[in-house]
Amino acid sequence: MRYVVALAQLAPRLGEVDANLELAAGWLRRAAGEGAQLTVLPELALTGYLLSDLVPEVALRADDPRLAQLSRQAPGMLVTVGFVEETDDHRFANSAALLRDGELIGTHRKVYLPTYGLFDEGRFTRPGDRIRTVAVGEPLGRIGLSVCEDFWHASLPMLQAQDGATLLVNVAAGPARAPGSAAGLRAIAGWHRMQDTYALLGTVAVAFCNRVGNEEGLTFWGGSRLLGADGSVLAEGPLYEEALVVGALETDDLRMQRYALPLLADERLELVRRELDRVIAERGGLEPPPEPES
Amino acid sequence: MNEPEAAPLPERDPAQTIDVIVGFIRSQLAQTGFRRLVVGLSGGVDSSAAAFLAARALAPDDLLVIRMPYRTSSPGSEADAQLVVDALGCRTERVDITPMVEPMLGLIGPEEDPSLRVRRGNVMARQRMIVLYDRSAAFDALVLGTSNKTEALLGYGTLYGDMAAALQPIGDLYKSQLRAVATELGVPERIVAKPPSADLWPGQTDEGELGATYEDLDRILFALVDRRWTQDRCVAAGLDRSLVEWVAHRVAQTEFKRQLPPVAKISLRTPGIDHLYPRRRPGSRRES
Repeated sequence: MRYVVALAQLAPRLGEVDANLELAAGWLRRAAGEGAQLTVLPELALTGYLLSDLVPEVALRADDPRLAQLSRQAPGMLVTVGFVEETDDHRFANSAALLRDGELIGTHRKVYLPTYGLFDEGRFTRPGDRIRTVAVGEPLGRIGLSVCEDFWHASLPMLQAQDGATLLVNVAAGPARAPGSAAGLRAIAGWHRMQDTYALLGTVAVAFCNRVGNEEGLTFWGGSRLLGADGSVLAEGPLYEEALVVGALETDDLRMQRYALPLLADERLELVRRELDRVIAERGGLEPPPEPES
Repeated sequence: MNEPEAAPLPERDPAQTIDVIVGFIRSQLAQTGFRRLVVGLSGGVDSSAAAFLAARALAPDDLLVIRMPYRTSSPGSEADAQLVVDALGCRTERVDITPMVEPMLGLIGPEEDPSLRVRRGNVMARQRMIVLYDRSAAFDALVLGTSNKTEALLGYGTLYGDMAAALQPIGDLYKSQLRAVATELGVPERIVAKPPSADLWPGQTDEGELGATYEDLDRILFALVDRRWTQDRCVAAGLDRSLVEWVAHRVAQTEFKRQLPPVAKISLRTPGIDHLYPRRRPGSRRES
């Protein structure tokens, strides 16, 4: 079955939640017009990226009626949107919400907050401590949400693939480094390689939605992509420009792809966990866990 | 018990504050390899306190205090500046900026036009900066800043004018705290007590121009900034809503004045974005 995915490669306004809600609503209506069944808005689409001490001012609870209202803009459509989440105990996270018809289906709090180089996220938001997938019903099955830097840690998307994800959705706010130069192209090629690899090794579709626009000195590069579970590129957005990037997944293909390439089923999870336990213990200077009885 | 907490003035501990600032000035000089300071002195409480602090950190011969009147500057200010110089026994110079700024002011328009006051004032403030930096080169000294926290947060200063300095000793002191520090330092009472003024036109006072007393402004800023209160909480604590809103807006509006301008990131390492070092590091100290 064809399943249409739209990646809304937009430029949010820094710190203006209400204006961004309105902006996002417009993109969702456009995506509905293109027949999208899932629309992905980028990381921090409702707030902008370089927030610093604006974080508590722009934070929303995941059950905020404004988020529900946003998803009602396109009846029946799944919507993923990035925002600053405030938890009940007042932790502030860089989150992605998954909604449909006003209902919150799932959230993911960015687990890996880059705090190096040009990034300073760990100073203003707290990391999430869950890696899960969300059931969204047929024909898609389950979605594994992640936010930008989460994709630079292969364990996270591979865990989601093992947990049943048929589509990995990564929302991003990736700032360009050395645009136009060989080094800049290498940085973007690095993102492509990751996406290609996760699709291939996870036999899972990948939707990557990266924002555009400019904040302070940073320029966000866009280049959103939709990949099939065989690694084929189904849609790709332009660099640096706003665009609604639309492509269609063929969900019926997954069954035979996973029969032909049974990597997920062949994974030795027990073995991986055992060796991980050993590595964790050794790195901590502890006695390794006992070998299992043979 | 259910009464809302009143909005207090910022805490004061002048003696300890002075110790910290004197240590700060000395360490900045040591790190940069300078031995001397230049400070512009208007005769107001901010620059007087800055000069007194410098005098605690340095020998009188290593401090150069520069008075830079314009022809409309109040004679009272000059007399007060003289009081400070006499008390400190430091070096001093008087540079009349009138002939330097008149050609530029002539281009701006008539002196009587109140709508041109801020532009005219900016020219004077920037001319004083030019004099200070030139004298600092001649005297082999750093320029000591005289901006306080209240005016920095309100953006009540001229970018690249009175806000230009190598170091800001009183930049984290609200006006009310600064007054307490000035008294503790021995700044003459007449200077501490007089109405603060940028003296950019006759009869100007800060409180007249800002439309509020420093005490009210400090209570609001201390609540909003230091204690992170919401505007509603400030109002519940008895502060005037329209003034609270004005202050919050003004702080946000003038954020740019407190930051270096953004650099368009092109390369892999960009000054201020991902080329980040301490202001001084091994290898950056000048040879004295």
